[in-house]
Amino acid sequence: MHGKGTLVNFIAFVGFFLFGQMAYSHGQEGTSLEPWDSTKHKTEKEFAGKEKFDAGKLIIEHVTDNHEWHIVTLGRTHITIPLPVILYYDGHLYSFWSNRFHNPEHAYRGFVIQEDSPDRGKIIRAGIHNPGVAILPVYDFSITKTVFAVLFSSLLLILIFISVANTYKSTPDKAPKGLQNAMEVIILFIRDDIAKSSIGEKRYEKYVPYLLTIFFFIFFNNLLGIIPLFPGGANVTGNIAVTGVMAACTLVITTFSANRHYWIDIINTPGVPWWLKLPVPLMPVVEFIGVLTKPFVLMVRLFANMLAGHIIILGFISIIFIFGGMAVALGYGVSIVSLAFMVFMDLLEILVALIQAYVFTLLSALYFGLAIGEPKHH
Amino acid sequence: MELVSPGIGLIFWMTLAFLAVLFILGKYAWKPIMKALKERELTIHEALNAAERAREEITQLQVNNEILIREAKNERDLLLGEARKLKDSIIEEARQKASEEANRIVINAKESIHYEKMAAMSELKNQLADLSLEIAKKILKRELADPQKQEAFVNELLTDVKFN
Repeated sequence: MHGKGTLVNFIAFVGFFLFGQMAYSHGQEGTSLEPWDSTKHKTEKEFAGKEKFDAGKLIIEHVTDNHEWHIVTLGRTHITIPLPVILYYDGHLYSFWSNRFHNPEHAYRGFVIQEDSPDRGKIIRAGIHNPGVAILPVYDFSITKTVFAVLFSSLLLILIFISVANTYKSTPDKAPKGLQNAMEVIILFIRDDIAKSSIGEKRYEKYVPYLLTIFFFIFFNNLLGIIPLFPGGANVTGNIAVTGVMAACTLVITTFSANRHYWIDIINTPGVPWWLKLPVPLMPVVEFIGVLTKPFVLMVRLFANMLAGHIIILGFISIIFIFGGMAVALGYGVSIVSLAFMVFMDLLEILVALIQAYVFTLLSALYFGLAIGEPKHH
Repeated sequence: MELVSPGIGLIFWMTLAFLAVLFILGKYAWKPIMKALKERELTIHEALNAAERAREEITQLQVNNEILIREAKNERDLLLGEARKLKDSIIEEARQKASEEANRIVINAKESIHYEKMAAMSELKNQLADLSLEIAKKILKRELADPQKQEAFVNELLTDVKFN
């Protein structure tokens, strides 16, 4: 399971980079776009002159974190939700709305948002590239688009499941119905088919709340990511920080619930020739790396899968505008094909949303099971 | 590069939000849900067990009923047999008594007939004797009206006595 998962993840990762590069290179040779069909996201600068449609830039802008939530551009008006910017710099805390950056200098209180890769979208001290300016790190604790989406989905999760819990409390020993019924199917699946079968009958109960939380957290965020309208559409689970925190939680729980056998198996791996352990402790090192790669794989798999899904859909949207830039009729013609592909990809993404949530939960449960399991004698 | 470099702020908020969700859901959602599910499973389990027990009881009852019915039938047959025997014996007894009584009556009747016959016979004898005597008297009267005949008769009697 582990090996297979790694392989799948590796392919996904490579695929994402290939596709990402392709999308980006398309963007480099982007063509001009007529102003009348400019419902796409563009910076103000692009409106000034003859604009270029840059698919790579558009996609990267959509899948990376942002300090504001851009909803739609109608004509020349951007409809954007400003989000709070919270910065810690040189011992001082700065907080202001992100729309403060919308001024000719694109700077506010000495901070600017970096425009170019790498680290595009990062807030840096203005004039940092000039000689003589002290390079101090800017700690950015802003409520960004992703943070906002995380908070929104957290609230949604809490509201939904507390309401479900209340239904259980108010109608005990009754057949489940409605939302409660829909959730019960998944809850029972996670409890019985993931937790109980991976961790074992005796000690699974302790881990069920965590497994349920990660499953629904990932699943809700994945689904919200597919919905293109506010407050959905944020690439939450396709963000490496988000998946990294969850993977770290799994690592912490695995490490703290690990029993003696788990550590003994790492230090003195059974079924391996002694010369792999002494005098050079090759196997212990490999095993220890394995401890860290397990959550790392969890992090990258979810991140890469969700990011790839977003990129592909955005790619199909971009194709319409790339062809539309060549000739309007061509744009319309391609849009039919592109739409069909988008519908297909969206349906696939719904499936992927479920599968990835399931895989993350199942693997976490398996790691917990390994950590608390008795030694298996081969 | 911005895709794979996690920002500290996002990590901070994500950790905060995720742990909060984990804590809140763990305490106010998963705990009561798991408890309710477990209780319901227990209730269903118990209900099924109770149903199983009830079924067993019913089967047992049916077996008992059958046994009872069989016993009742046996008892009935026994009683019927006994009754029949009793009836037979009563009839037999009655018959015996009746025949005895009949015999007795017959014997009595025979005896009384015998006595009656004897009495009648003796009466008849007496009456016959009287009648004979009367006839004899009348004959004698008529015969002995003549003194010669009387003497002849006495002679005859005397001859008879002699020959006796």
